Amino acid sequence: MNVEMTLPSRKDEDFRYSDIEALRSVWPIVTEEIEVAPDAEGTLEIVETGAGAVARHVAITLGKGAKFDLRVLTAGPAYGRIAVDVKLGENADFTLGAAQLATGSETLEVVTEVTHAGLNATSAQIIRTVLAGASVGTYLGRIAVERGADGTDAEQSVRAMLLERTATANARPELEIYADDVKAAHGCAVGELDAQGLFYLMSRGLTPPQAKRLMLQAFIAEAFTGAPGEEALSEAALARLEAIL
Amino acid sequence: MLEINNLQATVADKPILKGLSLTINAGEIHAIMGPNGAGKSTLGYTLGGRPGYEVTGGSATFNGQDLFELAPHERAAAGLFLGFQYPVEIPGVSFVQFLRESANAQRKSRGEAPLSGGEFLKLAREKAGLLRMDMDMLKRPVNVGFSGGEKKRAEMVQMGILDPKLAILDETDSGLDIDALRVCGEGINAIMRKSDKAVLLITHYQRLLDYVKPDFVHVLAAGRIVKSGGADLALRLEEEGYEAVVQETAA
Repeated sequence: MNVEMTLPSRKDEDFRYSDIEALRSVWPIVTEEIEVAPDAEGTLEIVETGAGAVARHVAITLGKGAKFDLRVLTAGPAYGRIAVDVKLGENADFTLGAAQLATGSETLEVVTEVTHAGLNATSAQIIRTVLAGASVGTYLGRIAVERGADGTDAEQSVRAMLLERTATANARPELEIYADDVKAAHGCAVGELDAQGLFYLMSRGLTPPQAKRLMLQAFIAEAFTGAPGEEALSEAALARLEAIL
Repeated sequence: MLEINNLQATVADKPILKGLSLTINAGEIHAIMGPNGAGKSTLGYTLGGRPGYEVTGGSATFNGQDLFELAPHERAAAGLFLGFQYPVEIPGVSFVQFLRESANAQRKSRGEAPLSGGEFLKLAREKAGLLRMDMDMLKRPVNVGFSGGEKKRAEMVQMGILDPKLAILDETDSGLDIDALRVCGEGINAIMRKSDKAVLLITHYQRLLDYVKPDFVHVLAAGRIVKSGGADLALRLEEEGYEAVVQETAA
């Protein structure tokens, strides 16, 4: 098992925005290895709703034609780090839907490295982050397409919503492509709730927190669409949402 | 019901309403007409409480309450409905969820019991039927992918469900084809033409007034009401144009 023993510093690119002091309290991180056999399917839900610091590292290897659906909800920890490494074989398919909700001085991060190692593999990542107070939310996402991994289709959709100007969102999508025939779409946006939409909802009688909650619920739901545990994930996210609004 | 006195309002520090006075009693339907840029939409948004529309003078009293003391959702709960000229699309939020929560938020603030899911759906189905709108459309995200006419009909369905005392309808007729115009007009009559309700129609054209006959017509120009009359005033405006009628007043 590969366990990194030395506590990283912020000079390490993958820990650029981490809360190093909080990280120290959970260091070292033991890598959770998952192997999915050829043509097999796997799913995993990572739900972190406790208040304590948490850091996880999941390494997933997908055999030829294997499929994996990973959903992440980090909503509550003072420091929450979810790092995911995925290696896709030929025709493999990987889906990540992640939502992070933070307030106060919480620091949450999702760090991914998705490597397309075989032909015609597909990956889709949807990350939705909602930040209140002086919280920090980060997504670092590297997509690597190895030599010969033609027919790769890799997607990243990264959006963060700042509820207050004091919150900080970091987003760094990265592409490293060594194959020729590759589709790699990435969208990244940091913004605030649409004021026109909020006024429209409030003009019908919704209180400001209700109107915000309704819009944010829809925003977060995008990360859980199609998940086996969609309903439970959405409910857990909603509970945290109501607490931070 | 609504008494506006010498209202002045600015948008981005630019004065738009410059001393507008208007009284609307229960049971009355008023139409405000006027050229582009007269301040018609600003009047609607100012009364609805849209951010960015700043009241700099005058007053508006709604059933004895100072309207400008209330936040937008409190105005809605007090019985004010604003029909939007451009209804906003809200991806991911279904009409049914939005309207049920809105109706219940209003009921809660009035100390009434919330509608159950079944009660709400029955009410929504009835009002959608009135506007000849397929109930399935209300299961879709708010206004997303709706045509201009569908958005306006959906506004009227919302009005029917929320059952306001006063509806301010900002260019409900724009973007409607002839049939949709009639359906919307009939909807407004069915929902709002009652002795304890009132309507303020904001419009450019006479055509909606063929279906919703106003008791009073006002001409708004340069931020003030420059002329008021009965339903026949709208017909004269249509024939002679705003300019002629406004100038005649100034002379």
